[in-house]
Amino acid sequence: MLKHVGAYFLMIRLVFIKPTKRSIMYGLVLKEIQDLILGSLGIVCFLSFFVGGVVSIQTALNIDSTFIPENLVGFATRQSIILEFAPTFMAIILAGKVGSYITSSIGTMRVTEQIDALEVMGINSVNFLVFPKLMAMTLLPIVIIFSMFLGIFGGWAATIYGGFSSSASFIEGIQLEFNSFHVVYAFVKTFLFAIILATIPSYHGYYMKGGALDVGRASTVSFVWCSVVIIVVNYFITQLFFS
Amino acid sequence: MIQLKDIHKEFDNTPILKGITTEFKRGKTNLVIGQSGSGKTVLLKILLGLFTPNQGEIYFDGIPFSSMTEDEHRILRREIGMVFQGSALFDSMSVVENVLFPMRMLTKLSEAEMIEQAETVIERVNLIDAKHKLPNEISGGMQKRVAIARAVVMRPKYLFCDEPNSGLDPKTAIVIDNLIQELTKEYNITTVINSHDMNSVMEIGETILFLKDGNKEWEGSNQNIFKTDNEAVTDFVYSSNLFKKIRKLYLED
Repeated sequence: MLKHVGAYFLMIRLVFIKPTKRSIMYGLVLKEIQDLILGSLGIVCFLSFFVGGVVSIQTALNIDSTFIPENLVGFATRQSIILEFAPTFMAIILAGKVGSYITSSIGTMRVTEQIDALEVMGINSVNFLVFPKLMAMTLLPIVIIFSMFLGIFGGWAATIYGGFSSSASFIEGIQLEFNSFHVVYAFVKTFLFAIILATIPSYHGYYMKGGALDVGRASTVSFVWCSVVIIVVNYFITQLFFS
Repeated sequence: MIQLKDIHKEFDNTPILKGITTEFKRGKTNLVIGQSGSGKTVLLKILLGLFTPNQGEIYFDGIPFSSMTEDEHRILRREIGMVFQGSALFDSMSVVENVLFPMRMLTKLSEAEMIEQAETVIERVNLIDAKHKLPNEISGGMQKRVAIARAVVMRPKYLFCDEPNSGLDPKTAIVIDNLIQELTKEYNITTVINSHDMNSVMEIGETILFLKDGNKEWEGSNQNIFKTDNEAVTDFVYSSNLFKKIRKLYLED
């Protein structure tokens, strides 16, 4: 375990030394933005909209007391989406989508000796492969903005069309006691999750051994570790920000 | 020319190479042969700088590898071309992009100069019609030719090939062998080839190093491999009935 942690941080160091030519790197970063960020927008938007809807329905259905105001549905939806669902839940979903893609693409390059070919040419393969992914993933907060917006929008739509509350009450709820610090907190942790999502799968792909079957195994292990680290980091960052 | 002096390499206290001393000549196709596990790949990886020997020295044109600075290592790497067993072409790039890749990464040539140089080499390996195809759209033999083109496009001083014929039919294998030999002569390269293929040994084995259990068992050429009475070599090279008959006919002649 400690050996892996050490190797992981040594890999992070290699990401930033002996950089690839700027003109080449620019193209690689754009390609990764296309694959990792734009390629994830569809699934993120779809999930956010429907999970936002479910959050508001569940909240509405569990409010029986007349002492609880109707705007609580909007308030609870906003808080759930901004604080946890958009940054954390989406990061775990992306650990499956983006993380597996990163591990399998780098792992396949390892199996087919493409990484050796880069090394033989005198190219820093870690920088060449991991740096563009890391740069692309720093745009993850943009994906999370979409997630937040569509999650709340999904909540609003489900509330209105399900007849659980009025549009005015819901909108009043999402404006109620709004604290911009919560958004800052969400984006700080999203940024940390982005680093985790780019580097842990890269580590598992880059240092994998074996053949095609092991690429699949490495993707699974990478997903598990990404999820574990995201959950642990989420816990500590929440402690740090709110206690 | 590459000289190896007393190269030792071990992994987890298991010796893999036990004092290899040899010379790979410039402008010649130097073959390293031996059974699986004899240490051929480890030797190749040491030559590539991917493994460091526990003992011994490698001289690239007389300069000891261990005394080179980091910058000199980088320059040396640019003078090395490598053809991998599985070709190791970049899947997402077309044939021409694969060949352009080392130039784009390592040189400051203009795009026009790079394309001209790449197309010359692609034409040399007879793939000009397939230059815009992706690696998965061409045959194994064509992939090997692309790998050779990529390896020689920077006009390397040293070319290393790891079993360039594996997985190819005999006819294509001969095409690949001949291509490597022709380019070795044309560009005056020091070529080192790891091979299992006895056709290659006979066709292009200008110098042959036979490894057995990490030791240098025999050294010679395809001319005198017929005459050797070294049992390990004859056991390995003439393991098939066909080669036994060929040897018998050769010796009778």
